[in-house]
Amino acid sequence: MKLIIAIIKPFKLEEVKDALSGIGIEGMTVTEVKGFGRQKGHTEIYRGSEYTVDFLPKVKIEIALGDELVAKTVETIIKAAKTGKIGDGKVFVVPLDEVVRIRTDERGESAI
Amino acid sequence: MKLPMFNPMRAAFAFLAVALISLPVLADEAAPTIDQRVAALEAYVNNSDPGKSLTGVPGPGHNAWMMTSSALVLFMTLPGLALFYGGLVRRKNVLSVLAQCLGIAGLVTIIWWAFGYSFVFGKSFSTGFLGRFLGGTEFALLRGVTSAPNTDYAYWVSHNVFAMYQLMFAIITPALIVGAVAERMKFSAILVFMTLWMLVVYFPLAHMVWGATGLMNGVWNAGAAIKAIDFAGGTVVHMSSGWSALILCLVIGPRLGFGREKMAPHSMVLCMVGTGMLWVGWYGFNAGSAVAADGIAANAFTTTTIATAVASFTWGMIERIFRGHASILGFCSGAVAGLVVITPATGFVTTTGAVIIGVLAATASYFFVTIVKARFGYDDALDTFGVHAVGGTLGAFLTGLLATGEVNGNLTSGAALKNGLARLVTEGGLWHEQLKAIGITLLLSVVATFIIASIVKVVIGLRPAPEVERQGLDLMEHGEEGYIE
Repeated sequence: MKLIIAIIKPFKLEEVKDALSGIGIEGMTVTEVKGFGRQKGHTEIYRGSEYTVDFLPKVKIEIALGDELVAKTVETIIKAAKTGKIGDGKVFVVPLDEVVRIRTDERGESAI
Repeated sequence: MKLPMFNPMRAAFAFLAVALISLPVLADEAAPTIDQRVAALEAYVNNSDPGKSLTGVPGPGHNAWMMTSSALVLFMTLPGLALFYGGLVRRKNVLSVLAQCLGIAGLVTIIWWAFGYSFVFGKSFSTGFLGRFLGGTEFALLRGVTSAPNTDYAYWVSHNVFAMYQLMFAIITPALIVGAVAERMKFSAILVFMTLWMLVVYFPLAHMVWGATGLMNGVWNAGAAIKAIDFAGGTVVHMSSGWSALILCLVIGPRLGFGREKMAPHSMVLCMVGTGMLWVGWYGFNAGSAVAADGIAANAFTTTTIATAVASFTWGMIERIFRGHASILGFCSGAVAGLVVITPATGFVTTTGAVIIGVLAATASYFFVTIVKARFGYDDALDTFGVHAVGGTLGAFLTGLLATGEVNGNLTSGAALKNGLARLVTEGGLWHEQLKAIGITLLLSVVATFIIASIVKVVIGLRPAPEVERQGLDLMEHGEEGYIE
């Protein structure tokens, strides 16, 4: 099992969600986050005062999956989230030791 | 000065006397003729002396406009200015600004009722030395301020409505000052400072400029030593608050972390909403300053609109050209700057004058809040100095160059003929008188504010403890939070 963590541009969330539904992904967790990578922040000017904003708003998507679905899912996210400009985000894939469905106490892939 | 004590016997006699006079049977004087009655109605339409008929009766149209204007001017502070300033501070201090505006509204109303109105618009001091700076004591506790007009100021507006209208100006002026010292002044210090400031700066200044016996009231005082003009408060409201704000912010010092930490506005949306309310409310401020629903009010309404729109657009375009973006704060700042600069001129200039004023208002204030402030590094947090002092001073001066009898007959008739204002308006040279008024206003504001601020600093302190300032004034000074997560 793997946990996919994707950081994407906020306005791409709908597209990514629709594309993932299209390949049969049934659940995900979405969080509004802030951060920076190579894109860095931006500058805001209020009258005479200039401020640098380091952290930009992004959306983090987390999806738990069985190994066989991982490649296709990552590919789908990339396709939907790409604009080709700096700041498109990243996808992390990390191993997942255990999943428990709280209601039924099911364990492993059947709990996803 | 000595306030007469309340005497029940005297009150009973006064009541009886009024009751007797009101009885038509006993009115020995002949009833007004039909000519006199028609003349009084014409006077109502022309906003002039009713003569023998309709005396002591407010004119419904004028009164309606002045009650509307009073409400509009109050709306400028609550919530216009409160939101305009509130949006510009950090989220931890939004309530402190609202509390300061609310606190000042209540405090000033009480002072105004007790003696403030009388000090500005009374006349009992006029024979003595004090009369140069203050009105009198006859209207203390608003005694005698009834629904009948006070013909020293308006033939057709109820005296009590006039007193309430002027109160709204007395409320917004100190409220403007809090912008400069936002996020770092103790609530108690603000209340004490403002009480003293009203007494030493506002009441004398308002009396000198607008009082019937005022030293600088060129339009209405035939004996004015300085023949200056100020339609709606360029000197009284904006110069006084703006220059005092600069001195107070220098005495109190910059916010903790100023220049190092991010102090960006927490809500440009609130700021824009507040600006819109200020703009709308300002029609009461400017057009209402005609103290009648007449042609002069109509001119003020028009020039206010034009100068403000021009200034807002100009500021936005200056930003677009020099920085690449026309910002919301830019449009808002330009609108307020335009409103400030047109204020003293609004009932005296043409629409062409208003356009000139709009362009200069935006340019001058932009220069001060971006370049001058950065150069000198004073922490005028919300730019009260850059907008109100600069705009008020510029407006007072430009009024001297652009005022014309064409749009306001009062500049070339009545008291203006007797004291020489009419000649200054038609032949030029009014700007010289305006400079004198600017000098007096500036000197009084700067010196008095420095002294009052220093006294308050020594006696109770101006600033909260550093941990209070860091945590935010909302929670620490008012026990509330602006936004609950």
